[in-house]
Amino acid sequence: MVTDNSEADVKKINHILAGYKGESNLLIQVLLEIQKELRWLPKEGLIRISQELNVPLRQVYHAVTFYKAFSLVPKGKYTVTVCVGTACHVRGSPRILDRVEQTLGINSGDTTPDFKFSLETVNCLGCCAMGPVMVVGDVYHGKLSLDQVRRILDSYD
Amino acid sequence: MEKITLNIDGKEITGEDGMTILEVARGAGIDIPTLCYHEKLEPYGVCRLCLVEIGTPPRTRLVTSCVYPAADGLVVKTRSERVIQTRKMLLELLLARAPGAKIIKDLAEEYGVTKARLRKTATFCILCGLCVRYCAEIKKADAIGFIGRGIEREVMFIPEIATESCPPCRECFPLCPTGVLESNFRLVQSLLFKK
Amino acid sequence: MPKLKSALELEELREGIVSKRDPSRLCFTVCSGTACLAIGSQPTFAAFEKELEKQGLKDRVDLKPTGCPGFCEQGPIVVVYPQEICYLHVQPEDVAEIISQSMKGQIVERLLYVDPVTGKATSRESDIPFYLYQKRLILGNNRLIDATKIEDYIALGGYKALPKALFDMTPEQVLAEIEKANLRGRGGGGFPTARKWKSTRDAPGEPKYVIVNCDEGDPGAFMNRALMEGNPHSVLEGLTIGAYAMGSHEGFIYVRQEYPLAAENIAIAIKQAEDYGLLGKNILGSGFDFIVKVHKGAGAFISGESSALMNAIEGKVGEPRPKYIHTAEKGLWDKPSCLNNVETWADVPFIINNGAEWFASIGTEGSKGTKIFSLVGKVNNTGLVEVPLGTSLRDIIYRIGGGVSGNKKFKAVQTGGPSGGCIPEQYLDSPVDFDELTKLGAMMGSGGMIVTDEDTCMVDFAKYFVHFLSEESCGKCVPCREGISHMLDILTRITEGKGQATDVQLLEDLARMLKEASLCALGQTAANPVLTTLRYFRPEYDAHINEKRCPAGVCKDLIAFYIEPDKCQACLICARNCPVDAINGGKNLIHVIDQSRCIKCGTCFDVCPPRFGAIKKISGEPVPALILEQDRVIQRKS
Repeated sequence: MVTDNSEADVKKINHILAGYKGESNLLIQVLLEIQKELRWLPKEGLIRISQELNVPLRQVYHAVTFYKAFSLVPKGKYTVTVCVGTACHVRGSPRILDRVEQTLGINSGDTTPDFKFSLETVNCLGCCAMGPVMVVGDVYHGKLSLDQVRRILDSYD
Repeated sequence: MEKITLNIDGKEITGEDGMTILEVARGAGIDIPTLCYHEKLEPYGVCRLCLVEIGTPPRTRLVTSCVYPAADGLVVKTRSERVIQTRKMLLELLLARAPGAKIIKDLAEEYGVTKARLRKTATFCILCGLCVRYCAEIKKADAIGFIGRGIEREVMFIPEIATESCPPCRECFPLCPTGVLESNFRLVQSLLFKK
Repeated sequence: MPKLKSALELEELREGIVSKRDPSRLCFTVCSGTACLAIGSQPTFAAFEKELEKQGLKDRVDLKPTGCPGFCEQGPIVVVYPQEICYLHVQPEDVAEIISQSMKGQIVERLLYVDPVTGKATSRESDIPFYLYQKRLILGNNRLIDATKIEDYIALGGYKALPKALFDMTPEQVLAEIEKANLRGRGGGGFPTARKWKSTRDAPGEPKYVIVNCDEGDPGAFMNRALMEGNPHSVLEGLTIGAYAMGSHEGFIYVRQEYPLAAENIAIAIKQAEDYGLLGKNILGSGFDFIVKVHKGAGAFISGESSALMNAIEGKVGEPRPKYIHTAEKGLWDKPSCLNNVETWADVPFIINNGAEWFASIGTEGSKGTKIFSLVGKVNNTGLVEVPLGTSLRDIIYRIGGGVSGNKKFKAVQTGGPSGGCIPEQYLDSPVDFDELTKLGAMMGSGGMIVTDEDTCMVDFAKYFVHFLSEESCGKCVPCREGISHMLDILTRITEGKGQATDVQLLEDLARMLKEASLCALGQTAANPVLTTLRYFRPEYDAHINEKRCPAGVCKDLIAFYIEPDKCQACLICARNCPVDAINGGKNLIHVIDQSRCIKCGTCFDVCPPRFGAIKKISGEPVPALILEQDRVIQRKS
């Protein structure tokens, strides 16, 4: 289960922000760093970023909702990313995605109730020759077949 | 300022260096439709209705007149067949998004858009950004902004700022071409601002 | 390490590195690009480390992780030097054998490339047809270099062009050389590079910026990833030479966040170049200063557009600017800025080293040099292919790519990413360059080439691209945001069997408006996949609209799966594999599909043993009535 880490999160955010005071042009880089550290962007953090980097809150909100890398809700322990790029598409990634959704019981963009997996799609990982490709955490699984999906997902705990 | 002369719709029109085509044309009383343009704001160039055709055949192209810098000797057609066809399709899109908005209905009628061929997606906001830009550029309040991208893009009041800044100001409401802004504000006010 | 203070010191360093390397020494290289990592080159590399340790050979032979050689289909790839023996699909358990055989000068036959037609094995990497017909200028060094070691690049003649430009040429001469070479942008636009450089150089305003575009958003294209991961110094060297020509002292490298390894390797490369004095203040004692920063994207295709990319580097949302002034004049922070694709920058050192005439001798009249294509989809040899511009589609797909995979029939090749188009079989002899594919309604773009076969529905394929663009449009201008969304709406209803006779006209009207009215290239070219499929595959649209039939059997709402009673052998395989238990079967009982539960995933179709072939995919006709219950029992002869 996800616990209320808001205090710890704010601490981490402040720590990251310490090096960037007033650096408005590094907004996206800072957001990426915080996203990587916390795996999501809590609202309090966005307000702090706006203040510290001296960027209007409106721009922060636009950036976090514009880019796919950012999440405004907590993410699961493992992010499962199914590539739906063109090469993977013609090699059957829509069926892989269907199978992952069935297996995890969630739709793309959602997180399992136990916060173990978050499911996402990506429009190309550049491993086109290996399609269809799925990434779990930071491990790439290429040339995936439908019956491998469950076995791979079951191997994570 | 240096004087420049353009040929707009066959007439020699004089303007000044640094003006856009739209400014020169409107200065001469030539009507070019716009929805996202406002003389006090930086040109934004997104409604695309102000497209005009420039150049001489066969080398002509469409440009947005609100952004394109006027230049001496430029030949401009504001109502060529190509311009009209493009505006018509744009108006079809806008009608699907904001059916019933007077300014769009009137333009559609003017351009002879009669059939509704597209599925209605009525949110009434055409994302012209007048409210967002007015709030940022003139009021420097940044109380309203864009969120999302693509078809998910929308205008959002920033709760942390709008709660305080908007109720006494309301200056952006009359700028909204479809009139949806004020009702959206009321909705948000009743849902979010009340603590 | 001491900073190099002159061209001479660089040459001494090079000689030092080369003299310590014994070309006859045994060296194992393991491809460590992202694609090979995806199919497990890491465990293979680890097995080499362990085995060499175990056999006590660590000091006698070399082991090197290298960049992507491009033959991704066959990975993980191991090449043994100096004989250049190439082993494919190497698993950890193969490693001990490779090492011991190589020590004896022997070859492990079973891991060699075998020609699917002649059955002949090929041992030398460069003799494999996939490589044999390529001309690998830019990509060639990837397989010889450990990207994290600048010394590898220097040993192969890297950083030779930089001192040549700095000491033997004026900036004007560098520019003239690029102009004479007629280098054109590799990112898709094909704009003459020298003209861009000249605009930036001549534009008023300081500082001037040079930028590497490694956003590579086109799905199906990964040559920039391979270069950035595998040979980052070649990009840095080209960038530095360009900066010198344009009078820029600050550069940015924009890398999409989906490429973590590329971002990591380029950061290492910058650090090493700085340490050697090949970047930073007073490069090689020339008096020229140049620094480079890496900027990561955050997941937005549109940020690859030049003005959007510059907005992103400024920390703003990466959406395009509605301006008619080139970024070369007013770009990053409204200063003159030159943005080029990774591959374009990597071409620069070659031109400086070998001269414009040499470069211009490769390619066609209007398109000089080589280009890397990513050949993917339904083709036997998927991977990266570098050929002279002007090579025909047929040569790329058949001679190098080995033809369509799985004995299927070729249908179309999609080139140029979401802005490109689908080219049918009758145009396969067209030469691939900046201008020829555009005439066919497609474009070369950044070099993505996705081969499709008879199992691809072209309406669904067009819908795929339009869906992609609807997600990736920034949403700023009306035509792109609203137009693409309505196009998707129409294509979706066609694939659902709800298309109307007027839909094609509506698609064409929307397409024209998108091209004419959109703010940036994304919208202006968004309709290309629709227009080319309409142009070359119109009967497929008509079948969907008029007959409610999907000829390729892809569109779920228009197909059904059916078990032919006379072919079913009641083997239960389909029933066991059905993910939704929609197949009713039992021992000696002919199986039937419950159409109301079937999700049309096609698993049954795939798993039914070919010798039975009992599952039939039907489209445009009703599913036959259920077999009577009493007829379901199979009477087997015993």
